[in-house]
Amino acid sequence: MELFDNLAIGFQVAFSLQNLFYAFAGVLLGTLIGVLPGIGPVPTIAMLLPITYTLPPVAALIMLAGIYYGAQYGGSTTAILVNLPGESSSVVTCIDGHQMARQGRAGTALSIAAIGSFIAGCFATLMVAAFAPPLSEMALKFGPAEYFSLMVLGLIAAVVLASGSLIKAIAMIVLGLMLGIIGTDVNSGLQRYSFGIPELSDGIGFVAVAMGVFGFAEIIINLQQTEKREVFTKNVTGLWLKWKDFKEAFPAIVRGTGIGSILGILPGGGALLSAFASYTIEKKIAKDPSRFGKGAIQGVAGPESANNAGAQASFIPLLTLGIPPNAVMALMVGAMTIHSIQPGPQVMTNNPQLFWGLIVSMWIGNLMLVVLNLPMIGLWIKLLQVPYRLLYPAILLFSCIGVYSIQNNVFDVLMTALFGLLGWIFVKLECEPAPLLLGFILGPMMEENLRRALLLSRGDPTVFVTRPLSAVMLGMAVLLLAIIVAPSISKKREEAFQEI
Amino acid sequence: MVRIRHPKDFWAGVLFIAFGLAAFGIALNYPWGTASRMGPGYFPRVLGLILAVLGAILLLRGLKLSGQRIVWGSPKPVVIVLGTVVVFGLIVAKLGLIASTLILVILSSTASDEFRWKEAVIASLLLAAFVVAAFVYGLKLQLPALPEFLN
Repeated sequence: MELFDNLAIGFQVAFSLQNLFYAFAGVLLGTLIGVLPGIGPVPTIAMLLPITYTLPPVAALIMLAGIYYGAQYGGSTTAILVNLPGESSSVVTCIDGHQMARQGRAGTALSIAAIGSFIAGCFATLMVAAFAPPLSEMALKFGPAEYFSLMVLGLIAAVVLASGSLIKAIAMIVLGLMLGIIGTDVNSGLQRYSFGIPELSDGIGFVAVAMGVFGFAEIIINLQQTEKREVFTKNVTGLWLKWKDFKEAFPAIVRGTGIGSILGILPGGGALLSAFASYTIEKKIAKDPSRFGKGAIQGVAGPESANNAGAQASFIPLLTLGIPPNAVMALMVGAMTIHSIQPGPQVMTNNPQLFWGLIVSMWIGNLMLVVLNLPMIGLWIKLLQVPYRLLYPAILLFSCIGVYSIQNNVFDVLMTALFGLLGWIFVKLECEPAPLLLGFILGPMMEENLRRALLLSRGDPTVFVTRPLSAVMLGMAVLLLAIIVAPSISKKREEAFQEI
Repeated sequence: MVRIRHPKDFWAGVLFIAFGLAAFGIALNYPWGTASRMGPGYFPRVLGLILAVLGAILLLRGLKLSGQRIVWGSPKPVVIVLGTVVVFGLIVAKLGLIASTLILVILSSTASDEFRWKEAVIASLLLAAFVVAAFVYGLKLQLPALPEFLN
């Protein structure tokens, strides 16, 4: 079996002492920032991007990936104990998880969240390994027209699946695409939108945008809210699960894993959407839906499995098509470009060590997380008691050092502050920043593929609909838009996002 | 008088129209190219127009639908947090990491309503020690620990 040969390569790479260390560092850091409300994987990865510059590419990607799925584990701890989502994808875990804690079953809730995440993580790892090769093979046959249409489909799907206003999300994508083309045009050498500023000739730094819009804006928003949080630290005993609890939760774990694996692949999907979908489904199919919201174990097991599976499955489009389905994956593109690896189908053939090493490291990382999380729960509880007024200056400091050290450039720091301001305004106007980042990453790729497609077709724009694969993808994009604009469905969509 | 009924949509629309038209206007200076050889002005002009149109839709929605008003909140955190970042960027190369860290941590701490001098100073000293150990000696980033004039 080729799959096992490949996994064997992966095990060799991932089990090297260095890579084990970086996987450990990644999941530990991921859990840490997952536990802390107010800082998520996006600013953390953005912060660490410049530091990974000095690492070998495999180690860098293993660590950054660990931060993402590690955060899914950590987020549940905060959700259960403090009734605050430590991580946005743990929002739904608050509902039943915190109720369980109030009933003295915090230990059970924490355990089932960790075990569910582990089962989901193992399955999702296998799925990435199984699905990536055929998808890459298909992607190798893509021409520029197909790539362009695929990106259109990806961007449309990303907004359709996101919550909030559709028009605003599309506008944010377009704005992101435009920010992405700032700098020197690769074909003509012309400087676009650089206003004579030499630092802009290479374009705006990706980290500056990500850190400003996500990191700094979030700090400001948090400071403007003066909520007090109450930490639920008593009664964290009984981490060993009862067989009865496990039997009750297991079907929910399986369903959550399935949902997360499917939704994670879709553009705009990933952890958050998967958790929402899982909770809704668990509630719908439960024999006694009234138990939900009052400490139903399925309401913890399902979403927690789903968010972890979703986080890992979202690596599939990145590694096979080179298209990031969400903001964290957009950052992974940034990380790969720093190491001059072009994300896409050729990664698997050109860098099999990197590809399979990363996948196997996810499985190892999940194992570490279970071992790490349950015994260390006391430490995380302590951490939760650190007040925000001490946390945010440290976050701000690390962010600033991170941005500055990419190029030892003051301009980048000033740009980050500017994007922090812009990000804050966007939040106030209820414009989601994630699509902006996706557009920013895809902007140059889209323009280049559009240009090549038109060049190959000698200027005939119908090429996008006469090539069958491209036509199918554009058709799907139009269909998605039509469906979502239809009044009955757009109403349902709003309900679905509000129900929780 | 036209009334703004949905300020969040309305002002988002204004913002997008401004960005879109500005981008379109500037892109007029870039060559459009031909049908088969797309010039550097092609993509930005198309995007600029799309953005302006989306902005216009939002603006109209802002006049028609009704929605909640925008709660801007206290301006203090906005000014202090972003101001601190700018200050840090301007001084870090000259004053070195230690001094810049002390300034950043203490200055940014004042954004919180629960600011306490003693606590902020202690935090800044601890963080400065950690940062120098981790970034200057550990990861060996190209950052001076001490001010320029002491080196």
